Amino acid sequence: MTTDNLIPMVGVVTQIRRDTPDIKTFRVEKPEGGKCFDHMPGQCAMISIPGVGEAMFSITSSPTVQEYQEFSIKKCGHLTECLHAMDVGQQILIRGPFGKHFPVEGELLGKDLLFIAGGVGLAPLHSVIDYVLANRDKYGQVDVVYGSRSKDDLLDIDQIQNVWMDPKNRVDVHLTIDRPQEGWDGHVAFVPTYVEELGFDPHKTVLVCGPPIMIKFVLQALTKLGFTKEQIYTTMELRMKCGLGKCGRCNIGDKYVCKDGPVFRFDELSELPDEY
Amino acid sequence: MKKLLLSKLDEWLTTLSETQRIILPIKQTDQVNFGVYAPGAEVSLETLRTVKSAKDAFFPQVENMMNFRSEGKSISVETVPLEEEDFILIGVRGCDEKSFEILDRVFLSDPFDPFYAARRKHATIVTLACSRPDENCFCTNFGVDPTNPKGDVTSWIVDGTLYLTGNTEKGEALIASLEDANDEPVAAQQNKTREILEKLPFAHLDLNGFDGDHLMEKFSSSKWADLSEACLGCGTCTFVCPTCQCYDIRDYDTGRGVQRYRCWDSCMYSDFTLMAHGTNRPTQVERFRQRFMHKLVYFPSNNDGTYSCVGCGRCLVKCPQNLNIVKVIKALGGDRNDN
Repeated sequence: MTTDNLIPMVGVVTQIRRDTPDIKTFRVEKPEGGKCFDHMPGQCAMISIPGVGEAMFSITSSPTVQEYQEFSIKKCGHLTECLHAMDVGQQILIRGPFGKHFPVEGELLGKDLLFIAGGVGLAPLHSVIDYVLANRDKYGQVDVVYGSRSKDDLLDIDQIQNVWMDPKNRVDVHLTIDRPQEGWDGHVAFVPTYVEELGFDPHKTVLVCGPPIMIKFVLQALTKLGFTKEQIYTTMELRMKCGLGKCGRCNIGDKYVCKDGPVFRFDELSELPDEY
Repeated sequence: MKKLLLSKLDEWLTTLSETQRIILPIKQTDQVNFGVYAPGAEVSLETLRTVKSAKDAFFPQVENMMNFRSEGKSISVETVPLEEEDFILIGVRGCDEKSFEILDRVFLSDPFDPFYAARRKHATIVTLACSRPDENCFCTNFGVDPTNPKGDVTSWIVDGTLYLTGNTEKGEALIASLEDANDEPVAAQQNKTREILEKLPFAHLDLNGFDGDHLMEKFSSSKWADLSEACLGCGTCTFVCPTCQCYDIRDYDTGRGVQRYRCWDSCMYSDFTLMAHGTNRPTQVERFRQRFMHKLVYFPSNNDGTYSCVGCGRCLVKCPQNLNIVKVIKALGGDRNDN
C-alpha cells in the first residue's frame, strides 16, 4: 500500500438527485469518466471538500454499475451541508474503498434475504439489494422492509417502485411510514412493529440498517420471531478520520469499525462493548 | 565499547550535524524536550524524563500531508515529499525506545503509514541507559531494561564519560571514529541501577487481569466511575504519552490553497468521536475508560499481548489531577473477579 490510502483522488459530481427534503444522491465519476474505484456492497468511501473536511459515507450504488458510484447523503452537519449546496460539475475528493463488505459472495449466497432499513439507513443496503438483483439467481427469496418518517422521506422511491417492485425481479417490498399522511394508502407503523406484524420465517438471513434505536427494536422483534444473532448483519457508523485503523476514532473494543467493519454480524457485535 | 568525554560531546555533535540532522534532548525555555541540534544548543542528556516523549521524531505533533488548489469547480491535489533524509536520534531512554516498537505495530502494519515509515527508515537511534530511575518509573513491568536499552547504539553516562556500543551496522558506523573503552564502568553502573529499580514503588505491578479474555469484565467494572471522577479531559496524558497515537486530519485554508494536515488528537476530548448525530462516549467516564482499556486490553488483544504502555511515568508526573495508569492497573490489574 502507498500514500494513496490517505491521499484522495479527484472525482466529479455528474448528477445530483433530490430524494427527500434532506437527502440527496450524488453520482461521482472520474474526471475522464468511469467510476473512481471498484467496491463491494457495504464498503465505504471518504469524501471531502477541500477546506471543509472529510467524512466516511457508504456507497449506495451497486458494484455492478461500471460508469459511476452513487452516495445518498443526508444533510446533517457542516460537510454534508456543503455537499448539498454543490452543483453538477463540481469536483470533490474521494478515497476508498474502505472496510469489510456484506458477504454477498459468501454466506449470503443461496439464502432467502430480508432487508430492513429505516430512513437514510437504506443507503448502504441499496448497494446490496441492487447487487442481489443483478445476480438474482444466486439468492433465494428477497424481502425488503423499508420505513421512514413520512412518504416524502422515502429514499429513491422511483427505483423502489419501478425496479424493485417489478415482478420480474421477484422482490417483496414492504413500505411503511411512521404516521398517517394524506396521499399515503400504504402501511403505517414503525419499522420494528411492522417487521413483527409481517412475521417472517426465521430461516432468513437479515441485513438491517437504520437509526440505532430502530436497530435495537428490530433486533428485539426478530428475536421474538425466532431469529438468532448469527443470522443478522448490520453496518455501523462511527466517526472516522483515516479509514485505516490507525487514527483511533472508530475503535470499539479490539475492533476498528473502518477496517474490521463497518459490516458486522450481531454475534460479533454482542462480544464488543456497547459503545456504538 | 567506545567512549567520549562529555566535555567533547558538543564537538562530536557539531561534526555529526554537518552531514545529518541530530535530534536529542535540549533545554529550551526551562523545559527539556527532543529538538534539532545546532551548535551551542543546551543539550541535556542527563534529564531523566523529557516533558514530551521522543515520538515526535517519527510522528510529529503536526505534519502537512498534502495540498489542494481549487479553481472554479476544479480541484488539484499536490502531494508533499516524504522525509527521506537520514537523521540521528540521540538520548532515547529505554521506555521511549520501547514505544517505537508499539508505534511500529500501528503505523507499519498493513496498510503502512508512508510518512511514519520514511522517518523510521532514515533514523539512527542512540539510546541512553538510565542510572537514576525515579519513583515514577515503572518500565520494567513492560519488558524494558533501562540499564541496557536497545537501538542502533546503546550509550551510558558514567562519571562524565559517555560510553557507547553499536548494536547494528549503521550504529557501529556512527561511533567508529570514537576512542575504544573497556566496559567495566558500565557494568558497575548497571548493577547499581538494577538495585535501585528493584526498590522502586511500582516495580512489580500486577497486570495478570488484563488479557483479552477479560475484555468485557474489565469494561464493565464499576470502578471506572471512581477512577475517572477527577479527570478534567485536558488530554495532557495523551500528549506526553509515548505510545498514544490517535490523530486528527484537518484542512487549513492558507488563502492560496488548502493544506491537509494531521495532528495529535486525544480520546479524552469530548469531540473526539462526536458526529452530527451525537457521540458514543458522552461523558468523561467513557472517554477515560477508552484510553486505559485501549492501552491495557484492546491493544494487547490485537498485538500478541503487548501493552500500549512503556512505564515512562510521564502521565504520573504531568496529570494535573494526579490520575494515571498506575492507579488503573492497581485497581483493575490483578483481580479477575473482584470488580
